Amino acid sequence: MSAPSGARRVVVTGMGVVSALGLDAPAHWAALKAGVCGIGPLELRDLDRLSAKVGAQAKGFVGEDRFDRSQLALYDRHTQFALTAAAEAWAQADPGLSEEEALRAAVVIGTALPGMQTFDDSYRAVFEEGRSRVHPFVVPRLMVSAPASHISMAHGLKGPTFSVSTACASANHAIGQAFHLVRSGAAELAVAGGAEAPLTFGAMKAWEGLRVMTRDVCRPFSKGRAGMAIGEGAGVFVLESRDRAEARGATILAEIAGFGMSADAGDIVQPSADGAARAIRAALADGGLAPEEIVYVNAHGTGTAANDRTETAALRAVFGGQADALSVSSTKSMHGHALGAAGALEFAAVLGALGEGVIPPTVNYEAPDPECDLDVTPNAARTREVPAAISNAFAFGGLNAVLALRRG
Amino acid sequence: MTDAAAVSAADAADDEVALEVIRIVAEQAVLDPSEVKLTSTPDELGIDSLGMVEAVFAIEEAFDVSIPFNANDPAQSEFEIENVAAIVAGVKRLIAAREA
Repeated sequence: MSAPSGARRVVVTGMGVVSALGLDAPAHWAALKAGVCGIGPLELRDLDRLSAKVGAQAKGFVGEDRFDRSQLALYDRHTQFALTAAAEAWAQADPGLSEEEALRAAVVIGTALPGMQTFDDSYRAVFEEGRSRVHPFVVPRLMVSAPASHISMAHGLKGPTFSVSTACASANHAIGQAFHLVRSGAAELAVAGGAEAPLTFGAMKAWEGLRVMTRDVCRPFSKGRAGMAIGEGAGVFVLESRDRAEARGATILAEIAGFGMSADAGDIVQPSADGAARAIRAALADGGLAPEEIVYVNAHGTGTAANDRTETAALRAVFGGQADALSVSSTKSMHGHALGAAGALEFAAVLGALGEGVIPPTVNYEAPDPECDLDVTPNAARTREVPAAISNAFAFGGLNAVLALRRG
Repeated sequence: MTDAAAVSAADAADDEVALEVIRIVAEQAVLDPSEVKLTSTPDELGIDSLGMVEAVFAIEEAFDVSIPFNANDPAQSEFEIENVAAIVAGVKRLIAAREA
């Protein structure tokens, strides 16, 4: 199931990020390399009524400093993140689109829980404060497709534009769809990624109910790991054909080689090693990559007992004896689990690893767990050439999406 | 395990906490309360981790207590779910702590 013959090769020429680690891609990557943990006490309304009071919050991101009043009326926080990251990626790529090309420029953005701040504020207004009306733009603000629409408007992109929502795999599915569009020629260029702003009282209350939240920090793959920490942010990337990028002399950050998807068809919350392994194999096959070519795995690594154990089993199933040579890490230990944006924050980590030959670490690691016996790059980054890497996303509901990348 | 754990639901007739916990657990397991024993384990009752999260929620609502149950790693919870008797004992401790 490799790429269709004659298909175009797809490269990344722009990257933008907002996360708890930094408000642009260089700051995000610098913190990842330095092993900075962005998880800490949350600042949000009614925090005292939450049992899980920690998360990875982009505290320095203040919408009022970046957007005017009429824009803020239309942008939920996740749209603000998406637009900020898209502007950074667009400026870096500087793609020089012609009007004709803009008609075939795509936008695909993943989000799991859209408009959470808008839901929270509006429900408070009508239920708690007993008000009889909400802001007139609540509907356009909380549409799952709002970030994709606003990015298309901001940059005049008039081709295939839509949102993808597959829980914690949303960003990987979105980047994968954009990759397909560019590879097939259906789009000339694509802006793709994920955006999520779930750090609201209501959304955190919902997560609390599942009882898988850590009370302090997230310790993926470590013995004694106590669950996940929710994060927020966006990662947005510019994808175009290698021919186009080379012809205009663009800096190529990496090549997206392949994309694999699968469904567990099993449980709504419990992961499956078989489903995960099938998605990894599909990504490798699609990219024409042999398992031994992969040096770095950016793991889904949520820090729950079940995910990390199952993901280890899946990697062992796919890579066999090669698994011990892999450098694996879960950067969620630093930027938290940003749900629909998770794959995008992690895609930025993979671009950094490919570009600089540095494996970002899994921080907060305390002691080995025999069920997670891979080299998970504990606590400190490692210098290592990375010709090829994969980025895993295994969502609730058993929806799996794996991207395979090669060095630019 | 206490001796009380060896008795059946019928024998817990004068224990309101035990009866309510058994009712909730039975509903979760889609069983008649008479089929749930104090010695029954979640496994025996066919209650998986998601089912246990729901049962714990229902118990919290019924008794107005907050149960420190960690679904991520139940073995590391401060709340025992080994069997129905352990759950009942834990709920009684939480009720006592609330009223203290």
